[in-house]
Amino acid sequence: MKLISILGKYLLLMQQVFVKPDRVKLFFRQIMSEFITLGVDSLGIVLIISVFVGAVVAIQTAYNIDSPLIPLSMVGFTTRQSIILEFSPTIISLVLAGKVGSRIASEIGTMRVTGQIDALEIMGINPANFLMQPKIFAAVIINPVLITLSIGFALFGGWIACIFTGEVTSTDYISGLRSFFDPYTITYSLIKTSVFAFIITTVSGYHGYQTRGGALEVGAASTKAVVYSSILIIIFNLILTQLLLA
Amino acid sequence: MIEAHNIFKSFGDKLILNDISVKFQKGKTNLIIGQSGSGKTVLMKCLVGLFEIDKGSIFYNNRNFSRMSFKQKKEIRKEIGMLFQGGALFDYMNVEENVGFPLLMFSDMNTQQRKERVDFCLRRVNLEKSNKLMPSELSGGMIKRVAIARAISLNPAYLFCDEPNSGLDPQTSNVIDNLISEITKEFDITTVVNTHDMNSVVEIGDFIAFIYQGQLWWQGDKNQILKTENKEINDFVFASELTRKLK
Ligand SMILES: Nc1ncnc2c1ncn2[C@@H]1O[C@H](COP(=O)(O)OP(=O)(O)OP(=O)(O)O)[C@@H](O)[C@H]1O
Ligand SMILES: [Mg+2]
Repeated sequence: MKLISILGKYLLLMQQVFVKPDRVKLFFRQIMSEFITLGVDSLGIVLIISVFVGAVVAIQTAYNIDSPLIPLSMVGFTTRQSIILEFSPTIISLVLAGKVGSRIASEIGTMRVTGQIDALEIMGINPANFLMQPKIFAAVIINPVLITLSIGFALFGGWIACIFTGEVTSTDYISGLRSFFDPYTITYSLIKTSVFAFIITTVSGYHGYQTRGGALEVGAASTKAVVYSSILIIIFNLILTQLLLA
Repeated sequence: MIEAHNIFKSFGDKLILNDISVKFQKGKTNLIIGQSGSGKTVLMKCLVGLFEIDKGSIFYNNRNFSRMSFKQKKEIRKEIGMLFQGGALFDYMNVEENVGFPLLMFSDMNTQQRKERVDFCLRRVNLEKSNKLMPSELSGGMIKRVAIARAISLNPAYLFCDEPNSGLDPQTSNVIDNLISEITKEFDITTVVNTHDMNSVVEIGDFIAFIYQGQLWWQGDKNQILKTENKEINDFVFASELTRKLK
């Protein structure tokens, strides 16, 4: 019952969010600045995690191949598949849910409890639209770019690991990366990413927007934002995989 | 002119506003006074539509605000300036961006015209040379003044101030009070001010509405309030030793 009421409130909020912005020119400027706060500012953490996880995936695969019948180029192939299909889109999106989600919820929540949202409303501005729409559009556009970079850096991390451990030669790894490549896996990965970006921004925005009270409630809202967007990402990961790959 | 007819508002089963009818005139500083928790902020939020009223109606210059669609309300709100109890400045914008924000959203001014208007409003509240400061770098009194500048930037026909001088020293309070009163006369605004500061009452109260137990208990102007025999209002207004001596 509670779930239905939350879903209803969420949908009502989205109805306010997705209308034409009051000032289109300002809207584009807001998107640009969100590209920076949501995208560029997340670059560091995304790249570090990607390089290290790419390296670990490559090493683990190499250690697990102990049959001489399996060529070592399998390491490149397996690393590529797991990075593109699952690691970059899903795990990095979960990381972003933590970083970006808590940020959005606390920003909007603070604006709520300090009366800034009321101030917007009194000016005749639709606050839900003004505050959330640029973030949603920016994330849906910029997250696929982040994930593409993440894929590149993870594969690079795998390559470094292969060379340094000496388990797999550079030629084997790269030929593995290139074998049996289906471009659709990239499409699948980026579609997932965009859906996850939508989940992160709208769910966090919702929790920020519903905040009532003070600083304590803002903290609670930002925790809820991260928890709920992570859970939804995991659920939608399953649904989308069924829809797109099965 | 703003008129409220028979307004009721409750939260859960707690009745906050009980049948309030009141008229606020243009070009006057109208005060709403009452104890803390008596419902002043709730009444103000009902008037501007931040809270839905349970019963009754609200008119802005004979336009029935309570019956308007969301879109029509939006139009009226462009004529409203409001100063919130905590200031409610946008904390990611500096002073001049805060004041210029309503202009950016709703006027066709170019950057130069906007800058001039912002400077004019800031000068009007005696705040020059603070254009680039962020809200976190301002004192309480400065926050209120920036908030007033932002509220008047679009030349509002109606100005609402929720406790404009709470938390300020007596001298700064006075400056803010006089500022509100002067701006009201100068631009012929219908101004509504929530306050429990007795100094404001006797200084700038062109019209005073006293809210007691959810009802409009007494109304009049600053001269009448000093002479009234009404017990509740005397208990409230002359609560301190000092004010009793003055009377
Ligand atoms: N959103 C709300 N939900 C439930 N009750 C509320 C809400 N807002 C205010 N109230 C209640 O309404 C009553 C009046 O509150 P209000 O804020 O209007 O007081 P006030 O007269 O402005 O007081 P103060 O001078 O301290 O600002 C209080 O008892 C408060 O608990
Ligand atoms: Mg109040």
